[in-house]
Amino acid sequence: MPIETTNLTPLDETAGLETRDMLLNIGPAHPAMHGIIRIVTKLDGERIHEAEVEIGYLHRGFEKMAETVDFNGVMPYTDRLNYVSPLINNMGYCMAVEKLVGITVPERCHYIRVILSEISRISDHLTCVGASAMELGAFTVFLYMIKAREYLWDLVEKVTGARMTVSYCRVGGVKADLPSDFAEPCRKAFEETRKVLSESDALLTRNRIFVDRMTGTGVISAEDAIAYGITGPFLRSTGSDYDVRKDCPYAVYDRLSFEVPVGMRGDNMDRFLVRMEEMEQSMRIVEQALRDIPPGPVLVNTQTGHPIPAAEMVDLAKVGNINAFSGDSAVTCPTLEGSSRSQHPSIATEEKRVFLPAKEDTYGNIEGLMQQFKLVMFGHGVRPPKGEVYFPVEGANGELGFYVVSDGAGNAYRVRVRPPCFAIMSALPKLLTGDMIADMIPTFGSVNMIGGELDR
Amino acid sequence: MSETSFFTSRLDEALGWARKNSIFQYPFVTACCGMEYMATACSHYDVDRFGAGLPRFSPRQADVLFVVGTISHKMAPVLKRIYEQMADPKWVVAFGVCTCTGGFYDNYATVQGIDTIIPVDVYIPGCPPRPEMVLDGLIKLQNKIQRQHSTGERPAPEPRPEFS
Amino acid sequence: MNNSELIESVKSHFPDAVLSSHSYRGDATVTLREKSLVEIARFLKEDPAFQMNLLVDVSAVDYSTFGKRRAPAFFTSSGVAVGPDSQIPDEDPWPGPPNTRFTVVYHFYSIAHKHRLRLVVPVEESTAEVDSLSSLWPGANWLEREVWDMFGITFRGHPDLKRILMYEGFEGHPLRKDYAVKRRQPLIGPVN
Repeated sequence: MPIETTNLTPLDETAGLETRDMLLNIGPAHPAMHGIIRIVTKLDGERIHEAEVEIGYLHRGFEKMAETVDFNGVMPYTDRLNYVSPLINNMGYCMAVEKLVGITVPERCHYIRVILSEISRISDHLTCVGASAMELGAFTVFLYMIKAREYLWDLVEKVTGARMTVSYCRVGGVKADLPSDFAEPCRKAFEETRKVLSESDALLTRNRIFVDRMTGTGVISAEDAIAYGITGPFLRSTGSDYDVRKDCPYAVYDRLSFEVPVGMRGDNMDRFLVRMEEMEQSMRIVEQALRDIPPGPVLVNTQTGHPIPAAEMVDLAKVGNINAFSGDSAVTCPTLEGSSRSQHPSIATEEKRVFLPAKEDTYGNIEGLMQQFKLVMFGHGVRPPKGEVYFPVEGANGELGFYVVSDGAGNAYRVRVRPPCFAIMSALPKLLTGDMIADMIPTFGSVNMIGGELDR
Repeated sequence: MSETSFFTSRLDEALGWARKNSIFQYPFVTACCGMEYMATACSHYDVDRFGAGLPRFSPRQADVLFVVGTISHKMAPVLKRIYEQMADPKWVVAFGVCTCTGGFYDNYATVQGIDTIIPVDVYIPGCPPRPEMVLDGLIKLQNKIQRQHSTGERPAPEPRPEFS
Repeated sequence: MNNSELIESVKSHFPDAVLSSHSYRGDATVTLREKSLVEIARFLKEDPAFQMNLLVDVSAVDYSTFGKRRAPAFFTSSGVAVGPDSQIPDEDPWPGPPNTRFTVVYHFYSIAHKHRLRLVVPVEESTAEVDSLSSLWPGANWLEREVWDMFGITFRGHPDLKRILMYEGFEGHPLRKDYAVKRRQPLIGPVN
């Protein structure tokens, strides 16, 4: 008996052949570089009738671990959520906890966080577009984009000390200020990135094969996307212009002018174009932020006119000669970067119960020492008031929200991450149904599924 | 250890040289280490110059299984099956500290080191390891492959370097 | 609409369903009875003044050890846990959790009006059941499956409630407070 199907070509109808759907299992170990996922598809020839998606292969218990360590200790775990844009996760979590505690950070700190978030966003989009181009056969574009990503990671390493898993933000500030020579390498890195983007654009955007494979595949309408809870570049490619940075601005995004690219058809090509344009807009944001950023730390010694080495300061303190250096700033070694008094006004909040004191104060006076103890001793630490907050930031995939509940203890009571690609993956069966099996590659590539964020 | 004559030891060396310079890797990429794996494989820290630049995405056609990223208990049977599907001679590289010991995910969901499931030849710790560390691990793997006898017997571990 | 208008409007439309409300740190929150959840959610989605078409998140919280001194997870012999007692005072304190064990928390957002609302539904431990919103928002399907997987709260009317993050055959619900973080349940391999 021929199976009733609605999308038969006339040839099949007249032939009247018996057909049966084939079950094809894709994954969890599969060649796509995005993450481990299992898709069970029911195929009629090449066309997908039904798809079922199974996730959870990278569940590492982020939310449970966050309840066992203190608030600042969650930072490395947040890095590994969306591991291609770790600074955005750091920033989102820190801002959620800061909202819970009820503190504000200095303005320069906001600008630093914005700059690094946008650099993270660029590297996320580079990875996504590069990997999905590679899966379609454009290996050169992947190599170009990873080259550009290396320049950005060098930049991030200059600031934070690590290429990828940075743990840069702290509750109440950031770890250390930008190095004094940040602007020039940043400008060079962006020049290289722009070159790479224009080369990739020349290779892909009007490439007949690329356009044919990406246009018209993986189509979703704006209403469907909103019904599934999809946000971010995926939603913007369908026509809705929801961007957390514009609609619910946080940090200093309301002072920076940038555009939000919006697509029309909601297919893979639109998502590619939206991401390419977003990279350019992110670079624009960073350039504006570097222009408007308030001035940074100034090493000052009130008595002699130049700062004194930290060892000398400790020696003076040990013999009780506090007056010789009170009010001065010390030059500490690079591993204590960010802990000297000169950097504190620009990177740390004033709330003493949240941020570690400057090293000059820790060794120099009893209040600083107590502040250090109260934050470092086991069981103490940052202890926000009882409450619950939800704070959304614009992640590279969409609205990344942190819902934090605290009961006044040193560790969080509940940390919930609202993962942006979870919603997109729940809509994946709908995106895949009706397309051919080969269309699954560009669709799944443009979803930008990051396993760390999806499964946490 | 079996007795080796001049010819079989030369043969072993030749086989070892050929095998170590033509590594077909199966990158079993799960998590964040995958990004550093991509960085190592691409132009900046090119892994192709070591002969290991061509990933083969089928276990039957690969000889080195790079386990890159955290393995959860849900994924562990899949990993074991992939390992069993690979043909000898095969080697396993545990890339990243999550595969070496479970990393800082000491919880209900993570395998505390893949050596509880499959035998591992080279451990590359780091969270994630820098590409230079990965290349160092790859060179250690190549040395191990070189020293392996053609019978498939695993060689003794390298002697520890002496620090003065 | 700002927070107080949102809360007042919900209260005026559903006076007997709303148990309490607050705007702690600027997040409009309404705690409501479990049986009127679907009604209120439909109202939030369809009413033109609200138009909360984006279901942002569904999650749950287990309040069974709230405010109690917790044993440290990693240093079991030291036992030096400091009891929960915030150092940072709050002029406008949070009303506190409800007296049920679980709450299911829903976050909504309106793309047109740009306002947010949080709904909190207290759930008793004995029943641990809530109505499902998957008929209104298809995105709720997976989110509710995750809440079932992690907490063990069932959703009436959910088309396919099965585990999503853990493997089939996993025993227990990991995010509950009585599930030890270091408990080992390997599928294959040794228990270490």
